[in-house]
Amino acid sequence: MKRVYLDNAATTPVAPEVLDEMVPVLAEHFGNPSSIYAEGRDAHRLLEDAREKVAKAMNAEPSEVFFTGSGTEGDNWALRGVAHKNAKKGKHIITTAIEHHAILHTAKRLEKEGFDVTYLPVDDKGRVNPEDLKKALRDDTILVSVMSANNEVGTIEPIKELVEIVKEHNKDSKTKTLFHTDAVQAFGNIPIDVKDLGVDLLSVSGHKIYGPKGVGALYIKKGTPIENLMEGGAQEKKRRPATENVASIVGFGKAAEIASENLEEHAEHLTKLRDRLIKGVLTRIPDSELTGDPVNRLPGNASFIFDYIEGEGILLSLDMVGVAGSSGSACTSGSLDPSHVLLALGLPAGRAHGSLRLTLGRDTTEEDVDYVVDQLVPIIERLRAMSPLDKDHPIDQEVYDK
Amino acid sequence: MSMDYTEKVMENFTNPKNVGELEDANAVGQVGSPACGDIMKMMMKIDDDGVIEDVKFKTYGCGAAIATSSVATEMIKGKTVDEAKKLTNQQVIDELGGLPSVKIHCSVLAEEAIKAALDDWEEKKAAK
Ligand code: FES
Repeated sequence: MKRVYLDNAATTPVAPEVLDEMVPVLAEHFGNPSSIYAEGRDAHRLLEDAREKVAKAMNAEPSEVFFTGSGTEGDNWALRGVAHKNAKKGKHIITTAIEHHAILHTAKRLEKEGFDVTYLPVDDKGRVNPEDLKKALRDDTILVSVMSANNEVGTIEPIKELVEIVKEHNKDSKTKTLFHTDAVQAFGNIPIDVKDLGVDLLSVSGHKIYGPKGVGALYIKKGTPIENLMEGGAQEKKRRPATENVASIVGFGKAAEIASENLEEHAEHLTKLRDRLIKGVLTRIPDSELTGDPVNRLPGNASFIFDYIEGEGILLSLDMVGVAGSSGSACTSGSLDPSHVLLALGLPAGRAHGSLRLTLGRDTTEEDVDYVVDQLVPIIERLRAMSPLDKDHPIDQEVYDK
Repeated sequence: MSMDYTEKVMENFTNPKNVGELEDANAVGQVGSPACGDIMKMMMKIDDDGVIEDVKFKTYGCGAAIATSSVATEMIKGKTVDEAKKLTNQQVIDELGGLPSVKIHCSVLAEEAIKAALDDWEEKKAAK
C-alpha cells in the first residue's frame, strides 16, 4: 500500500541529496577532526563547511554555531548553561506554557535547583501576548525562552517583538536578560535570521529539515555568558566536548543549505496543500475545528479537534489506510496526560482527546491531501458511531467518580 | 508513542462485535477512566432467569478500549449474571493475547462497565 507520511513535525525523511553527501563521509572520511594529519584535516574541513552552511541558513557567523547531538540538547544547554553561569546575577527565568518538553522539563529541573520560573500563558490561538512578557520581566530575570513556532499546533510566536521588549527592559536593568528561542520547528519552514530577530541563543535540529537524526546546533551569539553542559575534550571551541558526528553534521549542513535556498518555494508548496487539507476537513467533517492560529501558522501544520472521539482510534484507522499522523490525546501520550499545549490553549481535556495533527512535507502532493480527507471522513464517522457521546450526550463528569 | 497491539486487538478494533445502541436494554452502566478520560457504556438485555440475552457497548476511547469492549461483550453474551460478574480484566487481556502495560486500565474500564450494568439490573430488580 502507498504510504502517505503526514508527520513531518515528528521527523522528516532524509533528502536524497543529503544522503549523497553523507555516505562518502561514512565510507571514506573517517578521520577525527581533532587530529593533525591528513585524515583529521580532511574531516575538519568537512565539519567547518557544514558549519558555514548552517550559519548561513540562519544568518549567523560560523563561529557562533555549535553542533549538538539534538534539538533537545540545544534547549537543555541554553537553559541550564545560562542559568548556571548567571545564577549570581539572578535566578529568574521566563518561558511559556507551550514549550517542548526539552524546555519545560529542563525548567522544572532548574526550579528544583532553586531557580524561579514564570510560565507565560498563551491565547486560544497559542500566541504569547507581549504585554505578559513585559509584566513578567524582573530585575533578576536572566533568561527568556520562547519557541519560534509550536510543534503541535504550528503557531508562530512574535519573537522579534518579544526580543524588543527584553531589549527595552535591559536598558535600565542591572542584569542583562538573555533571549533564547527553540527554532526546531520553525527552521527551514519560515525565515530565521538571528541578527534580524536579535536573539542571543537559538536551537535547531537536523532531522526536522530532511537531515539525519542525532544532530542539531545551538547558535550562541558572541559574548553570551553560558556554561558547558558536558565536560571533556576541546571540541567546538571547548564548548561542546565529544568527537564530532561528522557524517551527520555534513548531512545537516547540506539540509540547511537546501532549506534556506528553497525556503520560499517550500513554504509556498506546503501552505497551498495545508490550506487545501484544512478546507477539506472542515467542510466535510462536522463538529471539527482547526487548532492554533489560522494566520500565524507554520506552512506545513494542519491540526484539528474532532468532537466526541479519541485520537488514538483516528491514528490507528489512518495507519491502516496508509496514512501517518499524530495526536495530543491522553491515550496516545504514554503518560496518559493530554497535550499540555492543547490545554494551554484553553481546550478542556475532553476535547484535547479528539486531536489530530497532520504535518505536510516536501514530498506531499495534492493527491495525498485529497486521499487523506477522503479517508478521514468515514473514519471519523465510524468512530463517532461507536462513541456514547454526541451533541445531546456531552461528557458527564460524574462517570469518572463511579 | 507507538503501540504494540496484538493482531487480535487490531481485529477487534477494526471489526468490533456488539457495538451500538441496545434499544430495549434493561441494564445500563456507564463508567469513565480517571486515568485518561475515556468513557465506556454497556447496555444489556437480561431475561427473567438472569441470562444475558444481548449486550451492546459504546466506547469513547482508545483502540484498546474499543477492543476490550468488543471481546468482553462476546465473553458475557449468553452467560448468567452471576457468571458475568466473575469476568476479570485479566481474562479479557488474555483473550486479546495481551495489552501494552499503559493500556491495562482500558481493560479495567471494560470490567467496571459490565459490573455497573449488572448493578443497575440488580437495583432495578430489587426495586420491583
Ligand atoms: S481507555 Fe484510556 S487509554 Fe485506553
